[in-house]
Amino acid sequence: MTQPTPIQPAPTPPPGMTSPDVRPFSYTASDDALANLRQRLVASRLPDKELVADASQGVQLATLHALTRYWGTEYDWRKIEARLNALPQFKTEIDGVDIHFIHVRSKHDGALPLIITHGWPGSVIEMLEVIGPLTDPTAHGGSAEDAFHLVIPSLPGYGFSDAPKEVGWDPSHVASAWAELIRRLGYTRYVAQGGDQGAGVTDAMARQSPNGLLGVHFNFLSSFPTEVLAAIFGGEFAQGLFKRVAVAVVASRAEKEHAALAAVEALFMRGYLAEMNTRPQTIGSTLTDSPVGQASWMLDHDTDSYEKISRAFLKGQPSGGLTRDHILDNMSLYWLTNTATSAARLYWENAQSIAAAIASGKKAPEASVPVAFTVFPGEIFQAPRSWVEKVYPHLTYFHEADKGGHFAAWEEPQLFSEELRAAFRSLRQSGQGKVGNEQRMHS
Amino acid sequence: MTQPGMTPEPSMTPPPSVMQPSMTHPNVRPFSFTAADQALADLRRRVTATIWPDKELVADASQGVQFATVQQLARYWATEYDWRKAEARLNAFPQFITEIDGLDIHFIHVRSQEPNALPLIVTHGWPGSVIEQLKIVEPLTNPTAHGGRAADAFDLVIPSLPGHGFSGKPTTTGWDPIRIARAWIALMQRLGYTRYVAQGGDWGNAVTEQMALLAPPGLVGIHTNMPATIPEAIAKALASGGPAPAGLSADEQYAWDQLDYFYKHGLGYANEMANRPQTLYALADSPVGLAAWMLDHDIASYRLITRVFAGQAEGLTRDDILDNVTLYWLTNTAVSSARLYWESHLAFFAPKGVSIPTAVSVFPDEIYAAPRSWTEKAYPKLIHYNRLSKGGHFAAWEQPQAFSEEIRAGFRSLR
Repeated sequence: MTQPTPIQPAPTPPPGMTSPDVRPFSYTASDDALANLRQRLVASRLPDKELVADASQGVQLATLHALTRYWGTEYDWRKIEARLNALPQFKTEIDGVDIHFIHVRSKHDGALPLIITHGWPGSVIEMLEVIGPLTDPTAHGGSAEDAFHLVIPSLPGYGFSDAPKEVGWDPSHVASAWAELIRRLGYTRYVAQGGDQGAGVTDAMARQSPNGLLGVHFNFLSSFPTEVLAAIFGGEFAQGLFKRVAVAVVASRAEKEHAALAAVEALFMRGYLAEMNTRPQTIGSTLTDSPVGQASWMLDHDTDSYEKISRAFLKGQPSGGLTRDHILDNMSLYWLTNTATSAARLYWENAQSIAAAIASGKKAPEASVPVAFTVFPGEIFQAPRSWVEKVYPHLTYFHEADKGGHFAAWEEPQLFSEELRAAFRSLRQSGQGKVGNEQRMHS
Repeated sequence: MTQPGMTPEPSMTPPPSVMQPSMTHPNVRPFSFTAADQALADLRRRVTATIWPDKELVADASQGVQFATVQQLARYWATEYDWRKAEARLNAFPQFITEIDGLDIHFIHVRSQEPNALPLIVTHGWPGSVIEQLKIVEPLTNPTAHGGRAADAFDLVIPSLPGHGFSGKPTTTGWDPIRIARAWIALMQRLGYTRYVAQGGDWGNAVTEQMALLAPPGLVGIHTNMPATIPEAIAKALASGGPAPAGLSADEQYAWDQLDYFYKHGLGYANEMANRPQTLYALADSPVGLAAWMLDHDIASYRLITRVFAGQAEGLTRDDILDNVTLYWLTNTAVSSARLYWESHLAFFAPKGVSIPTAVSVFPDEIYAAPRSWTEKAYPKLIHYNRLSKGGHFAAWEQPQAFSEEIRAGFRSLR
């Protein structure tokens, strides 16, 4: 883990959206862009069919064919656009990069501010269905004490956030930017949540322990002590055959958690990691010119979500929120913002910072805040409690959910929301007085 | 992977002395290719309409193929480049298709005028094609016109790998280098050759080595410009990312440094193609994407191609590079060619136990320049070893004269 990059602070604003550096944002795609996308989809040139009866050679032609047909004919971007624009969206420049975020304040006094970070190949679109349950719990089976104020940023280079023009935006740098974002919004006590690359960012926040961060929740294990990585993997890390989940291999060797180990090894078989870790510009050059190519690359993230999404397109049987429209909302967002390359660079940045950390031999600071963890059964690997405890000694909550996968908030928003309520409940109780004062001050 | 069965040869082939210069075997059909005007117009339209990513954030190739290079390539491709020239050049060679083991195999076959020419089968790799080998046809088949002697002449057979170029795309799994080697042996038999040699680099080396291991009676030796020689201890150290073992010679250290770089920064494409070839739909749909992917094979050849598109005269021309990329595009073989990585379970650079006579030419800009020490251990019957001062991964394409001289010298003792 590299040291956080100092972020230039802006004046502390009063609560809410009154900071002069925070501007309202909405987005309307041009008709030309949508027509061009449809025209490209119709003109897609596909390869011949895979030679196997399963997904062992990659994304199957039938799935991609069905996706392309639906995207080019029935799918309507304007629906998601209207839905996004109905939410309070903002942009604010932090450290030279304009950051997009959704900010929904709860009506409930004492709501706990929560920043949720998406990963790749996701976006803020993953999180839309948890906004209601988290900010308005009384309308979604919860109680007023479960309420959150929600901040859902787009990672740099993703969606409506700008793409960095300089190198250095690794997860640690993003974490520093998030702390500044929260400060700029006037929150002095808050919690953070993330999966996938969002887990990497949230992990960095936990280690940086910015003022006001009460605790974090993960639905993905992304971290392990650097010195252990260096001792076991050595320079192999720099080969690009890792995401930060590589860490799990380390633990598994010691603990013989065979199922998880097999899953992690299968992850390494996903060539996208090696390619994006080392050559984001090359793969980006292929994806930005081909919507069907971009769709395929994004579908090939993990076996469980691929199978679920395939079923949605081939059999009309979506798993929870992973519907055809939602999948294409996310893919269209990547397409319309031309962010396939800039998004892939986060892997390159992550690889650079890990290689640098290994080379320097510096130990990452321990996560000093309470950590909550939910394991979803369809996730790339089911992190055993013992691994999570090893990574996060201040583990205050650990639960294995009974359904959901890598895109947990997207697929199972109600269950995901219940996990966050349960995960952060103890933090509200322990710091209730302070949080309550805070909120009254802000309201 | 199950072992593929070979289709038995349907008929005996007459000895070469009674064969015509062209193919007399009933299952060998002449071949030529003419792209549809519509296909070329569609290609130009797509290149012109390319949607670009923003520029890389670094001043070098460390994030992948650079924006400026791909832009220069696309501009030239859409405006000045002319596929019809490449097509005419290809069609001027005797080209054939023959079905072997259920698959149509395309090949160029040029017989020498010299009576004692040695038959030679040359196999390309990825991201190559028969276009890599066109410049060596004349020097090898007609040596007296190209600084050689009549005794250096070869009859040349240059096949397209399955799923590549004009060869058929396999519709079932199993076409790994071993099965391809069997098909090449059948091809040489079908052409009536009873005493021949084989040559390759990249996947062509893998196929050639497998031919050597199958040891058909007619195969008297091989030549490779990308030998598989890495000793086990070196391979282990590379895989762990650890430091180089102590006591390496200068040549060994150079090879180590090249391999260390390749393992750490250059394996992304191979990893993807070995595991998820079908996922690369973007390459079938985007010509510029296909070009970028093909340019990113190895750092030295990428740098060379970058210089070429920046206007520098080198061993390859802009047309050379685009002839090859256009061939992949027009035949829609990006994914079918990538499947060879998925099919192969062979360790790419590990010695395979080749025991027949082997000639090795080492080009300095290859993925790694195999040291003599490793090469001697990998090939106990090493009949030729030479380190050249110039050239890289696409040696025949880039340095055809030097490459041809190496082939002549390499096989001289086997005549």
